[in-house]
Amino acid sequence: MPDTTSSQVPLENVTPRPTDITVHRSVVCTFCGCLCDDIEVEVQDNQIRKVKKACLIGRNKIMHSQSNSPRPTIQGREVSIADTIAEAARILRTAKFPLVYGLSSATTEAQKELVEIAEILDGNLDNPSSYCHGPGVMARQQVGLATCTLGEVKNRADLVIFWGCNPMESHMRHLSRYSSQPKGLFTGEGRKGRKIIAIDIRPTATTKAADQFIQVEPGTTFETATVLRALVRGLKLGISDDNALVAGVPLRVWRELAEAIKSCKYGVIFFGLGVTQCRGRDLNPEQLSVLVREVNDFTRFYAIPMRGHGNVAGCNQVMGWQTGYPLAVNFSRGYPRYNPGEFSVLGLLGRKEIDAALIVATDPGAHLPQDSVRYLRDIPTIYLEPHNNTTTGWATVVIPVAPAGVAAAGTFYRMDNIPLRVKKIVESPLPSDEEVLRSIKEKIVHAQDC
Amino acid sequence: MLRIANGRVYDPQNGCRGELADVWLHDGRVVSEPPGGEFETIDASGCAVLPGGVEIHSHVAGAKVNNGRIMCPEDHADHFRQHTPVTRAGCGYTVPTTFMTGYEYARLGYTTLFEAAVPPLTARHAHEELRDIPIVDAGCYTVMGNNYLVLKVLSDPDPSSRRERLRELVAWLLWATKGYGVKIVNPGGVENWKWNHGVTDLDTPVPPFGVTPRQIVSGLAQAADDLRLPHPIHLHMNHLGEPGNIATTLATIHALSGHRTHFTHLQFHAYDVGERGGYASGAPRIAQCMNEHPEFTCDVGQLVFGPVTTMTADAPMEFRLHHLQKNKWANVDVEMETGSGVVPLVYRPSVLPNAVQWCVGLELMLLIKNPWQIFLTTDHPNAGPFVAYPLIIRLLMDLDFRRSWLEKLHPGVKRVSCLHELTREYTLDEIAIVTRAGPARALGLGSKGHLGIGADADVAIYRLGADAQSMFSQPAWVVKHGTVVVRDGELTASFSGRPLGVDVQHDRRLAPDLAEYFEKYSSVELDNYVVEDEYVPDLSLVACG
Repeated sequence: MPDTTSSQVPLENVTPRPTDITVHRSVVCTFCGCLCDDIEVEVQDNQIRKVKKACLIGRNKIMHSQSNSPRPTIQGREVSIADTIAEAARILRTAKFPLVYGLSSATTEAQKELVEIAEILDGNLDNPSSYCHGPGVMARQQVGLATCTLGEVKNRADLVIFWGCNPMESHMRHLSRYSSQPKGLFTGEGRKGRKIIAIDIRPTATTKAADQFIQVEPGTTFETATVLRALVRGLKLGISDDNALVAGVPLRVWRELAEAIKSCKYGVIFFGLGVTQCRGRDLNPEQLSVLVREVNDFTRFYAIPMRGHGNVAGCNQVMGWQTGYPLAVNFSRGYPRYNPGEFSVLGLLGRKEIDAALIVATDPGAHLPQDSVRYLRDIPTIYLEPHNNTTTGWATVVIPVAPAGVAAAGTFYRMDNIPLRVKKIVESPLPSDEEVLRSIKEKIVHAQDC
Repeated sequence: MLRIANGRVYDPQNGCRGELADVWLHDGRVVSEPPGGEFETIDASGCAVLPGGVEIHSHVAGAKVNNGRIMCPEDHADHFRQHTPVTRAGCGYTVPTTFMTGYEYARLGYTTLFEAAVPPLTARHAHEELRDIPIVDAGCYTVMGNNYLVLKVLSDPDPSSRRERLRELVAWLLWATKGYGVKIVNPGGVENWKWNHGVTDLDTPVPPFGVTPRQIVSGLAQAADDLRLPHPIHLHMNHLGEPGNIATTLATIHALSGHRTHFTHLQFHAYDVGERGGYASGAPRIAQCMNEHPEFTCDVGQLVFGPVTTMTADAPMEFRLHHLQKNKWANVDVEMETGSGVVPLVYRPSVLPNAVQWCVGLELMLLIKNPWQIFLTTDHPNAGPFVAYPLIIRLLMDLDFRRSWLEKLHPGVKRVSCLHELTREYTLDEIAIVTRAGPARALGLGSKGHLGIGADADVAIYRLGADAQSMFSQPAWVVKHGTVVVRDGELTASFSGRPLGVDVQHDRRLAPDLAEYFEKYSSVELDNYVVEDEYVPDLSLVACG
């Protein structure tokens, strides 16, 4: 069993009180891509007592992070963690075409171990971005992306467009910390000085918070971005009637939006899965990125993908620097190859090609299509997870781990790729992802050497 | 203990110019010949024995490099290496993966490198990647030329408090980012980009603090001098890549006269204006200026024909490059600090501006007389990939080879370049200076770039042959920290090098007014801004003074 104390780091910003409550400041919440890093957590007797400043989801996530751990099991039978690690190593080293998948809520330190395991196994490696923001990544590979950090939005943005995303419910502090309310260096009026526009197919909490809601027909992102490109560049559209509908919206509305885009000082589009998973996939963010690029002939204008899981940006980064590719990697030839579709999780499961899976820091039972989940249940699936969820009930090997950012330290990358150190604020009897994965890796290598 | 026997030692720092001598290594150091004891021998007969190479300027780790990697899968598919029992798998040509970067540098005989530009906000990322570049010892430069805290302090009207506060701030930034030196990229110009303002000249006041690039470079040069940093300011000037930019370059050089300064990728800043406003070489005038100022050093940023992935904190320059070939463009504005851009390009000998740029680099290498003042770089991967170093070395050492290349260029180049008139050929001793001894000295690395007693046991052993390109492409042995890591071009061992930092004395606190300003406008907490020691385990600190 791994040494659970080895990753212990000195606790920072600790203010002891007479009641023995320790207050940890500047704690990073690991829930969503916002990575709010101003959280205060009160700990007493190694128990989290109070969470301040976090959103409802973040607060609950941190408050309940120490409870509801799964038991270490092999085929539902409770065993020791050491046994689960040995069984995981055995399954992986005997597999012919394994998949290493997940990564998106693990620390980069754990992600690096996962890359190495996939490499040693000559297996496949993918993360959830292949079915979330992956099309945005592929668009970047076609045309690039002009973007900025969230602090630039706070300090400069006078026009913010939420396109196919609903941060009011998915990234609850996004608007108050970065994109709508904050009074920045050159945005002293805060919300009043910013024009906020939401483009979506239905009203949401975010569209209600916007100055303008443009309700488009489903599946029209490409069309919309194309029309905006033309309007921004002053091209003739061949439509004379200003009330003619484009994506279900009168052309005049698009004309006004194009003007707002060209005349802002610093505009930012946040785009979500409504753009990347809309019909046409990567063609949508590609067209949107080209629009953003072309607006820079007039003013500063950027796009930021509204990344979901806490460290999904980090797994694209780690895979990028270690394998050259941000997702959908295969090592069958001993070196990394990239092919979304062929080597992405849904393709591999849909074609029933893999014969074992190592899944970490994501919940496939909740996220993947039923057929894929059914197939995962048919093959040996090893699952590392801090809490009981829809996968812990059926995975072949379940290894409970300490929750990152609460009982394990490491690095997370925010949705704008800013790296932050998540802290260890309580002790856990459980090992971290990183420690378990290193043990599995060492056991596989040792067996290969024998 | 290891004995490198019978080789011809090229150690310019210690005056060795190819004398037959043995080099003894023990415990990671060069030692004098021991009285006895067990040792292994490398028979270096017929070989040149050089200190390990020192890369002074290369973009290999961090946010914008990885942006380039992720953005350019087409760069990787045909260039890969399989994993072996001692090495990791990797791929990439102009933007190789971290593991591949370390292996490729080691395979050329390089054992130390510096990442050229790291914004403080993403310094953690750079250190994460540097840890994954095996074999080489590595440090990085912290980008400060458009940093709001720096600009705010520079706007202080009181010269003595300004100087003192800037010195304190620079020390804090280097400590907070675990950086090795002060990098300045297009001072003021990147900030101007965010305001969609036009060109930035040396005396253009830059919003929001109204300071000028002249104030930025001289203020930071003074701070680096006051702190006695081992490496002076590392300066990427305004107007990179534009015809006629020698006016700005010469004005900047004069503004800094008397301060130690390292001018980086000088090739990109040495263009005169030719007929019809095109590119012409300004290298002779720049070289003359460098020859008159022994306090300055530079690296060349030599162009290499073929694909490159340009990447820099100079965001407006990248936007211009994007418009040049309409290729894909990435940009990241980094709050209160800097920006960055990435654009893949192809340099072609048949394209006149590229041919001129190629000539300008070589002219600078040949016209700057003192090899301790100019170092070999390709500003990897901006002017070319670092794996082209052996080719460039041959171009410097072999006049006939160089002339055969001149024939391949756009014929118009002879009107605007003097390269065809230059007959200088580098000696092996001079190559040893521009690739290791010189950069190590400019970096203030006392234990690197030479083979004197006490130096790091980093040695590159090349088979002497007529063709310098083949010789430098495949060292017979490369020794890192006393261990053979490369034998005839193959990796035989791999381990982590050490991070290199600088030992600046200060109280590790940001001035209260700056801290308050930061807390109010940054998107991260000040506590979470400072890079923790975990990211630089076993940090090797180089002393100031």
